[in-house]
Amino acid sequence: MSPETRAMQDDEATGPAVFWLLDGEALWKRKEGPAGAACASCHGAGSMKGVAVRYPKIASGRVVNLEQQINVCRTERQKAPPWAYESRELLAVTAYVARESRGMPIRIEWNEATAPFLKAGREAFNRRQGQLNLSCAQCHDDNWGKRLAGSVIPQAHPTGYPIYRLEWEALGSLERRLRNCMVGVRAEPTTYGAQELVELELFLMWRARGMRLETPAVRP
Amino acid sequence: MARVVVNVPASAKRGEVIEIRTLAGHAMETGFRRTQTGELIPRDIITLLVCTYNGVEVFRAELHPAMAANPLISFTTVATESGTLEFKWTGDNGYAATQSASITVV
Repeated sequence: MSPETRAMQDDEATGPAVFWLLDGEALWKRKEGPAGAACASCHGAGSMKGVAVRYPKIASGRVVNLEQQINVCRTERQKAPPWAYESRELLAVTAYVARESRGMPIRIEWNEATAPFLKAGREAFNRRQGQLNLSCAQCHDDNWGKRLAGSVIPQAHPTGYPIYRLEWEALGSLERRLRNCMVGVRAEPTTYGAQELVELELFLMWRARGMRLETPAVRP
Repeated sequence: MARVVVNVPASAKRGEVIEIRTLAGHAMETGFRRTQTGELIPRDIITLLVCTYNGVEVFRAELHPAMAANPLISFTTVATESGTLEFKWTGDNGYAATQSASITVV
């Protein structure tokens, strides 16, 4: 991460993600759906602190990431239609919620409940795929720190999602980033919200356990 | 929903050089890109940012294509007296945004 990118990320007042955070705050307080409830009606001030560092979570036999949990709340509590993946609203609220946990260490545990999903995620991480026949691990475990087309290969720790990516000129989710990598190795990208993809997210978050959340991060 | 943000120090000493940061949420479509079917996407950018300090213009920037989306513009000025800084962005397709911030000079 270059000093310039770091400076953008640390600039809380005029960092590029500020618009999403402001939108997220507005949406958090806005009453939605026939239930006439806002997120803030149930979740009091400060109640979201430390929530994002524990996602994806296991709920009724599935892994659920933060975006999906927000949509669960929307459909079940607010009786409102779910937001589309990568929509401005979903990214804004996700960033707003995750922002509350900025600076807190990521806490994903390997236990009885999470183990099957973590194993599946680890398998996905190590599986070769695409026309280039590369696994995630071949770049991000074996060759991190070297350069790929002028950019440093990172260790793939998802510490700051949703991120403002300069290439996108917008905020985007971890799933969008993972799909980018899949296209990069010329594999068929997994659909948004698929269990496979969320399992991989879970594994990556476990792999980054203990690292501090930087949401909303800025990346090149 | 919020579209522009400015960051001005709330107070400053007289004669002090202050840094002002402005951020505008804008796609800054260059006018050189094409859609998948080959049609040109029309240009849609912010073309001008003007900052006035108690009615006196202290900063002006002309923006052009090839500037990134959500442009952050920071500049400095000298804190002369208490008052208001007015910011005005104008651009293609009738884009206009204004914001103001007050400063106390001691």
